[in-house]
Amino acid sequence: MGLEAKLQQDGFITTTIDSIIAWARKSSVWPMPMGISCCAIEMIAAADPKYDLARFGSEVMRFTPRQCDLMIVAGTVTYKMAQVVRRIYDQMPEPKWVIAMGACTSSGGMYRSYSVVQGIDQFLPVDVYTAGCPPRPENLINAVMTIQQKISKTRARDFQDQPFDNTIITNN
Amino acid sequence: MEMKELIVEKLKKNFGEFVQEVTDFRNDLSITIASNKIVDVAKILKEDPELEFVMCKDVTAIDWATRKNRFTVVYHIYSFKNNITLRIKANIAEESPAIESVTSVWPSANWYERETYDMYGIVFKNHPDLRRMYMPEGFQYHPLRKEFPVLGIPGSLPLPGKI
Ligand code: SF4
Repeated sequence: MGLEAKLQQDGFITTTIDSIIAWARKSSVWPMPMGISCCAIEMIAAADPKYDLARFGSEVMRFTPRQCDLMIVAGTVTYKMAQVVRRIYDQMPEPKWVIAMGACTSSGGMYRSYSVVQGIDQFLPVDVYTAGCPPRPENLINAVMTIQQKISKTRARDFQDQPFDNTIITNN
Repeated sequence: MEMKELIVEKLKKNFGEFVQEVTDFRNDLSITIASNKIVDVAKILKEDPELEFVMCKDVTAIDWATRKNRFTVVYHIYSFKNNITLRIKANIAEESPAIESVTSVWPSANWYERETYDMYGIVFKNHPDLRRMYMPEGFQYHPLRKEFPVLGIPGSLPLPGKI
């Protein structure tokens, strides 16, 4: 399968720079585990040996946003926490993606209340929503795979000339 | 029960008609006292060698919405010596609700009173650090008051920056 098969043949491949960069990006999506409440447990489960997120190149959960390109928001985001989530998101280098994991992050879930943000898309650009309370690890893996499909369609120049925007960080 | 009678007796002896109501429902003794006497009552209950209510387990409040004395502040205190939990209540009026802080007697009441202030807007006088506990600083409302809508007041809590 894959590249090894090519070794039996001529020993080289032809491709485009865009597609090889997209391939490299999608095969090493490093998540920022924004585990805020119960959904985080399932996120941890997705990384454990049984479900093994490493199969998709996403096992390196980094606890610093500066080394991540995928933010998994797993848990109930309150208005107070929204400031923190956004600040961490702003610290991630481009290009970056966001998974809204679970009912709470997608829509407020069962917390139809004054303190909970009714959907994190009010302040974050979300790429994939994951249903469930909590979503099963398979569902999170499916979300990561969807992100991978999304990345594979990108071109390298899509992310050029995006200067780092630090206005929001300082305004907080 | 002997111990409960002793508590009531001691309070009545010290505070007379300031002890407004005594109920003993399902073995839970509740004593309603005048709100201006709360610190004195707390001191007696804690320092009396026979009672020793040294632990303040909770301070909270009730919003009765329509009553004349709209709020009731509720204290749960515990005596290790006698293994008994006591509930102290104090009714306070709706206009600028305030009561003396009991942090001078039970330091653990500090955060409970902050929470009660945050949720009901009851001011605890002489509290060392009466800031909001849960809601962001600068928030205008008190969410557990009956008139506060469940979904909050739109725009009262800021969301971060642009998308
Ligand atoms: S969606 Fe369910 S499991 Fe996930 S954070 Fe909300 S309440 Fe918890």
